[in-house]
Amino acid sequence: MLGVTVRRLAAALPTLVGVVIVTFLLTRALPGDPAAYFAGPAATQQAIAEIRAKLGLDQPLPVQFLDYVQDLLRGDLGLSITTGQPVLHELTTRLPASAELTLLGLLFAGSVGITLGVLAALKQNSWLDNLCRVVATLGVSLPTFFTGLLLIYVFYYLLGWAPAPLGRLDAFASPPPHVTGFYLIDSLLAGDLETFRSALAQIVLPAITLGIFAVAPIARITRGSMLAVMGSDFIRAARGHGLSGRTVVVAYALRNALLPVVTTLGMVFSFLLGANVLVEKVFAWPGIGSYAVEALIASDYAPVQGFVMTMGVLYVLLNLMIDLLYQVIDPRVRLEA
Amino acid sequence: MSATVASAPPKAGLLRHIRYVLGENPVTALAFGLFALLVFAAIFGPALVPYDPIAGAGPALQPPSAKHWFGTDSLGRDVFSRVVAATRLDLGMAFAAVAIVFVFGTLAGTAAGFFGGWWDRIIGRIADTLMAFPLFVLAMGIVAAVGNSVESIVIATAIVNFPIYARIARAEANIRRDAGFVEAARLSGFSEGRILLTEVAPNLLPIMMVQVSLTLGYAILNCAGLSFIGLGIRPPTPEWGIMVAEGASTIISGEWWIALFPGLALMLAVFTFNLLGDGLRDIVDPRKRT
Amino acid sequence: MSAAATLDAAKIGPHARVPVLDVRDLSVEFRTRSGLVRALEQVSLAVHRGECVGVVGESGSGKSVTAYAVMRLLDAAGRVTAGDVRFSGIDLLAASDADIADLRGREMSMIFQNPRAALNPIRPVGRQIADVLIRHGGVTRDQAPDRAVQLLAEVGIPDPRRRAHAYPFELSGGMCQRIGIALALACRPALLIADEPTTGLDVTTQAVIMDLVTTLARERGMATVLITHDLGLATEYCDRIVVMHAGHVVESAPTAEIFATPRHPYTAKLIAATPRPGVPLSGLVSIPGNLPDLRATNLAPCRFLARCDRAHADCAVPPLLRQEEEGRMVACRHPL
Repeated sequence: MLGVTVRRLAAALPTLVGVVIVTFLLTRALPGDPAAYFAGPAATQQAIAEIRAKLGLDQPLPVQFLDYVQDLLRGDLGLSITTGQPVLHELTTRLPASAELTLLGLLFAGSVGITLGVLAALKQNSWLDNLCRVVATLGVSLPTFFTGLLLIYVFYYLLGWAPAPLGRLDAFASPPPHVTGFYLIDSLLAGDLETFRSALAQIVLPAITLGIFAVAPIARITRGSMLAVMGSDFIRAARGHGLSGRTVVVAYALRNALLPVVTTLGMVFSFLLGANVLVEKVFAWPGIGSYAVEALIASDYAPVQGFVMTMGVLYVLLNLMIDLLYQVIDPRVRLEA
Repeated sequence: MSATVASAPPKAGLLRHIRYVLGENPVTALAFGLFALLVFAAIFGPALVPYDPIAGAGPALQPPSAKHWFGTDSLGRDVFSRVVAATRLDLGMAFAAVAIVFVFGTLAGTAAGFFGGWWDRIIGRIADTLMAFPLFVLAMGIVAAVGNSVESIVIATAIVNFPIYARIARAEANIRRDAGFVEAARLSGFSEGRILLTEVAPNLLPIMMVQVSLTLGYAILNCAGLSFIGLGIRPPTPEWGIMVAEGASTIISGEWWIALFPGLALMLAVFTFNLLGDGLRDIVDPRKRT
Repeated sequence: MSAAATLDAAKIGPHARVPVLDVRDLSVEFRTRSGLVRALEQVSLAVHRGECVGVVGESGSGKSVTAYAVMRLLDAAGRVTAGDVRFSGIDLLAASDADIADLRGREMSMIFQNPRAALNPIRPVGRQIADVLIRHGGVTRDQAPDRAVQLLAEVGIPDPRRRAHAYPFELSGGMCQRIGIALALACRPALLIADEPTTGLDVTTQAVIMDLVTTLARERGMATVLITHDLGLATEYCDRIVVMHAGHVVESAPTAEIFATPRHPYTAKLIAATPRPGVPLSGLVSIPGNLPDLRATNLAPCRFLARCDRAHADCAVPPLLRQEEEGRMVACRHPL
């Protein structure tokens, strides 16, 4: 198991290198002259040249790449022009907000999608099955930002059930002491139920908005693989040995049916991390996505590059985790590797 | 009767098959209808709308009425006219992006699958690296790098779709690498490059066309998402993504129509292409029917 | 548990000569996209305690469908349209799903064809046996693993304690079939249905598996149904043989008699097509034609008619005539 893990890690390395190269290329493809940009509109030609030398932009591209990698290894992602803060610092302080939102969205999508898919497969051609089909096609047609706005209109404006879509806590609550950076967990650790309720109320709508988008592919694949598994020989045999309906469905069928679902989690994460940016903008969520959007609009490029790279690295790591998870639940992969 | 069927040219067979699939599956027929409607709106919409989509046409923030079917926005512009007029830009961006990736992705993938070796390794590596990013995030990065314009939205959308096209074309070309018609062309002394362009690539067209309609929906979402966060399109240009963004500030105070109608138009367009893609897949490759 | 209670009463009560399994006039249909398939028509067979009955026929003749119908394991598309299935006096077709689930694996169990596919691919085999034991065997969660190891030893699996942790893909086909037998016999059932237990296994393993099944069956006085396309195998191990063709039982008789004096033309052809001592392989005759299309609406009453060289004009006149005498049955108007 350990050997396999190490091998998978090694296999992910070239992809990580690829992420760094792409991010570097995006940096160098910047429109105009970064040196002139940094120097400001009033700078003389000489000042620009000095800055260019200082930034290493007069060096050949491979040398610039090495410098870039060295900076990365030192954890230097540059400075944000608008806030004057190091990009790395701002990304790390905002990352928990994004991670909490994404994971909760995934939790929602997974529980709804898998339940819907399983029920649709067990009761083929029932109204639930038809619902599943409609959700699978409609769900992927939904623009996340539009769903978010609709939910805000209904649950905030019309019904008044949800708080104003303005960040992670309402105006009167203060953040819980920092442990994990996840407000839901930190507030519970601190025993502060008031803050927990506030954080929960704020995160429900954005998490659902994010999750709805991912329900469709999860439900679709669960239904398909559950149907295939329920028709297989070993399920008939399990029933033939008298195992109870619950054991057959949960311990025998569902566990097998989840294998393809886990494989598609990679694609689901690609959706979620991308949609995350839009949801953060709609709900004024202080994560790395809204940070990147603000920077992008202000033509502040260092945060954008840092954001793209962080997302790339995160996505590679998530895929690695999915790979490892797959090996935990499928002995055939684990033992044959 | 059976003699006519047997001697019918394959084209008639395909038409019959299409008619059969449409008859069997009214949803696909509906999708074709919606598609025609969208194309009509894109071509003639701007000329037919009742009001100028970028100039004030009445009092601001009026709810939907007989005069303004979809109401007016915060600058008094007619939302209906703007939603219809935006069809051309939204579909145009998506079509342009998909056309670009269709040409380059199919060629690159076909080369990788047909030639193998270094071609395969390099193109495969590029596709893998692009796939290492969440697609929308990569698109944001590309727009940031190439410049904040409509063209870069189109280019970014094309690039993030590249891996899908390259992979499918690669797999399909690989199967046909040593097919009979390829061998025949080789024996006639054609060069490998010519065989790729004249024999292999045209053979992939049906499958790639299915991919086109499947990715068009995603391309529309991607372009609208980028413009929603403020990239590419500048006001007052009518475009669905930016219109939803404009409506976002008023929806909290109850003026729902400004964001709702462009959002619904967006949904309808994406839905149409997704249905169309599923339907086309049934026509081209009945085995994959779900 | 009401079914179980009746069952015990039936076992020890005055009806001890009641067959363990009694299938009468069972008919099954499948609804498919291309039409209704009348897979079984008026199939009857009976198995007594300690007896082994072989159900023989080509693939597609309805042997497995009969087994699945008895075990109530038919696909959703399949439906019993007529007939009566009694297990130790219990009406299986009328029993509730819960009662059936209680009986399956405990009182009547099945060995499935294609041993590896019949096992859960991602659960250790010991766990799968333990699942059945915990469900029926009156065994606690703690005792189940040890009992499972014991069962593995009983079906002749070497190093059972280690093998209990193995997954099906790590075991050979023969090993998987031994697991299948252990699963089926875990709770000492009164009826065992073995559906092609040796297909896909090499010849030596086939013999070992068959000896294992019959020995265990004899030891425990089980009623056994052996489903096979191999008439030779059936004659070697069974007391009675039921020959099926295209969803009909065409002949049933004690093994020795059916071999000495086959009465149905199809049985005779089957025997002629079966390798046996004293007959050179070149002397084997293959059976002409194919099974009829069971979707056809104008099926002849005798489904062997189109392949039969003894066909008379009255063979096409319904109904199919079933002649019974002295423990034998033949469904033919002009038997041999």
